[in-house]
This record gives sequence, structure tokens and C-alpha cells, in this order.
Amino acid sequence: MKPIYLDHAATTPLDKRVLEKMLPYFTENYGNANSQHSFGQTAKVAVDNARKTIADIIGAKPSEIYFTSGGTESDNWALRGTAKRYKDKGKHLIISKIEHHAMLTTAKELEKEGFEFSYIGVDEYGSINLDELEKAIRPDTIFIGCMYANNEVGTIQPIEKIVEIAKKHNIVCFTDAVQAMGAIEINVSKLGVDMMSFSAHKFGGPKGVGALYIRNGLDLGKIITGGHQERTRRGGTTNVAGVVGFSEALRLSRESLDKDNEYIKGLRDRFIERVESEIPYVKLNGSRENRLSNNADFSFYFIEGESILMMLDLEGIAVSSGSACSSDSLDPSHVLLAMGIPAEYAHGSIRFTFGKDNTLEEVEYTVDKLKEIIHKLREMSPLFKLNSEVKNV
Amino acid sequence: MYNEKVIDAFKNPKNVGEIENYDGIGTVGNATCGDIMQITIKVENDVIVDAKFKTFGCAAAVATSSTATDMIIGMTIDEALQVTNRKVIEYLGGLPSQKIHCSVLAEEAIKKAIEDYKSKK
Repeated sequence: MKPIYLDHAATTPLDKRVLEKMLPYFTENYGNANSQHSFGQTAKVAVDNARKTIADIIGAKPSEIYFTSGGTESDNWALRGTAKRYKDKGKHLIISKIEHHAMLTTAKELEKEGFEFSYIGVDEYGSINLDELEKAIRPDTIFIGCMYANNEVGTIQPIEKIVEIAKKHNIVCFTDAVQAMGAIEINVSKLGVDMMSFSAHKFGGPKGVGALYIRNGLDLGKIITGGHQERTRRGGTTNVAGVVGFSEALRLSRESLDKDNEYIKGLRDRFIERVESEIPYVKLNGSRENRLSNNADFSFYFIEGESILMMLDLEGIAVSSGSACSSDSLDPSHVLLAMGIPAEYAHGSIRFTFGKDNTLEEVEYTVDKLKEIIHKLREMSPLFKLNSEVKNV
Repeated sequence: MYNEKVIDAFKNPKNVGEIENYDGIGTVGNATCGDIMQITIKVENDVIVDAKFKTFGCAAAVATSSTATDMIIGMTIDEALQVTNRKVIEYLGGLPSQKIHCSVLAEEAIKKAIEDYKSKK
């Protein structure tokens, strides 16, 4: 059986139609989009078209789309750029506890530079506490940032309400839409957000390219200085093939968004249904309704996530884990801990994220294998026996 | 990330379980940190005639549990006390650096099980 890929939140395969569109920009139309000759102008047209396609799809103006190297750079730019530009106005910034590390690590760095952060908690389903957010606002608050949908548990945040709160207090508002972009119909102008980050490889595009939407009129500090690219706001030779691939991937994903979501949700729901009915002592992390259609995140009690991940991998099934052992830190997933899930269950968490190329047969096979693996690891676990509740399993 | 020997020890671990009427038991680690290892031993004339483990932890923790129990079977308790995490890692042909702490658990669990045995004697 061919390997089964259930880690689409980590990255997606490049859509072959996207590759076709990209290829000429490597070998034939290889010009630098900043060059004045015809090679350059051909590249520039491709970049302009890509920018317009993306802008149209998300309800922005082309002049509001700034290409970057991906989600991490976009997140960094939004956060650092705001801190840099508005530090005279205030040094307080607000983000959620469940942001991507691109935000959290950057916040820690900014703290060293004298900025102060409030980290807003979430409820048991991973949804941001709006009251806590509003209460955290100070006269010197210059930034409110919350992801659109969480990468681990898939919880979709009440972004409209967050924007409303930020507007009321006249604070720059940012959302990291890296996970949401390919799965939710997003309209930035309707939403009224000031900045939004994207990454192409999460919806069938290439790695190494993304964008930051910056509302026209919003001043922002630079973090990458160089030439005149991106209206002098972000230096560096434009990744022409990359942005062509980005726009085509977004166009294709929007074209079949409803159909794909329905299909993927069907697979995901079947998976959840079987896991919950056939494997004892599991917990679906996150919200049952308010979650990305591709995401199922489970804690398997009494066992550890990396072992599950490795066993599945040996069976040709690729997933990811919130266990500490999958990373270099000793702490399990910061998202699950913020949701109040005890560390030992967070260590036993596995994220399954489905894609449009997955099949029902793959889902059934995965559950069959998962059942065996969970059983085998529990047999090996001292906790399984120690826990009195499970004696009658 | 892991070499073949580690993967094999993880995939087909030896000595899984708990010895009935064991002579010594050692449990180390905690669930919050994501690693618990329990080793039980059967001792005759100060020789470890059987050892079994139960482990909550990552692939490296399982592999080192399996290897460590395998190494101490047939050893005198004094010899078993000389089994260090370094020897276990050596036997496995190396572990990723962030996994070294898992192998320490195996060494500690063995020592604790032997202490338990001695205290009961």
C-alpha cells in the first residue's frame, strides 16, 4: 500500500496544475521582475497578475499584498514591524497563548527589547477569551494579534469580534491566516483586519512563499531592507515562480473550496466516529463544530504521542504529535496546555489532518492500524494498569 | 532521526510486561514530563534471571527499556549496577542528542529495582 499522508496542516503536496504554471518561470521566463528589459518585464507581468489574482480572491487591492518568504516572515513582519513603527505610541502588545511559534518566539525576542506582552488564554475548546482580551487592553497597547484558525486543534477563532474590539480601541489588528486560507472563504475588506499572513504551501502551493496583507494606509516598520521590491517595503528578488504558484494554488483551492471541504470533512468525520466508538479512553481535542474541516486531534490516554507517531510511520501513515518528544523541548503542546488539558494527555496527542487526495479506504486502514498500535502501546504502559478506572476495560 | 537498531528495538521490544512475584521493582519518571519506566526483576542467588519493563514514553524510551532489560538478564546484581545509560546507548548504536535523557531513565529504573530487591532481602 502506498504511504498515507495525514499531515496536511504541516504541508500539502504541490498541485500538479500549479507546478505546470510555475515551470516556465524557472527556465524560460527567468527574468528578475525588477529588471527593465523584456525578460524582467515578462516576470513583472507574471508577478502583477499573481498579486491581482490573490487580491481579488481575498477582497483586497493588489497594492495591499506584499510577497514574503512565507508565514513565519509575514508573522515576524506584522509583529516586529508594528513594534518598531509604533514604539513611541506604546510598548504593549497582545497576542493569544495559542499562536504559532513564529509569533510566540518573536514576542519573547521583543520582550528582551523592552516590549511588554499580554498572552490571552483560551477556553477548553481552544477559542480565545474575548473578555480577557478586552480587559488586557491598555492606553499603550499598539497591537492585537490572534490566529484565524489554530494549526493544532483547528479551532476557528471569533476573528470578527476580535477586529471589532481592536477597532473600538483604535489598535492595529493582525490575524495569522496560514491555516485558514485554503479552507475558509476569507474576505479581508469585509473583515476589516489591518494585516493578515498567508503561506502558499498549506493549500497546494510551493514552500518558501507567502504574503502579508497590509491595509492601505497602515504604516509599518520594515524588517527586510534592500531594493525597491514590494513598493520598497520588503527587499529581496521576487520569487517569481513561487508567487505564480501561490496565486494558482489559491485560485484552484477557491474554485473547489466547497466541494473539497465537504469531501475532506466526510473523511474526517468518519475517522472521528470510528476512533471514538472503537478505541476507549480517547478525547477529541478542540471544538466539535467550530473547527477546520480537515482536522482531528486526539489525546490517547496512558500512552505517549511520539511512540504512536513512530508506530504509525512504520505502517506508512504520516501524522504529527503534540508530545514534547516530537520536539526539542520537554513541554508538550502549548496549545493543549492553554486549553487546560493535563500534560500527560497532551503528551499523548496526535493530529490527523486530511486532504483532498486522501481516500475513505485510507481512513479505514488508518483506524484499523491505529487500534492495533494503541492497544500494543497500552499493553506496554505502566499507567494503563496503574489507573484504577481502566481495570474493567 | 533514529537508527535502524533503535527502530527495531522499538518495533519489536523484548521483555515487555511485569513479572509476577517479582523480587524488585523500580519505577522512575512522571507522566507530566512524558516518561515513566517500570522495571521488575526476578533474582536467584544474586543473579537476575528475568527482567521485564513497562514504559510510557517515546520510541527512544521503549527501545532503551527493551535493551536495558535484555542486558541485565543473566547478570549478577553487582554487574547490573554497572549498566550505565552510556552502555545502553552504545549497544543501540547511538541516540539523537535530545533523547539521551530517556536512556538515563533505564539506568535509574534498574538501580531502583535492585535497591528494592536489596531492601526486601
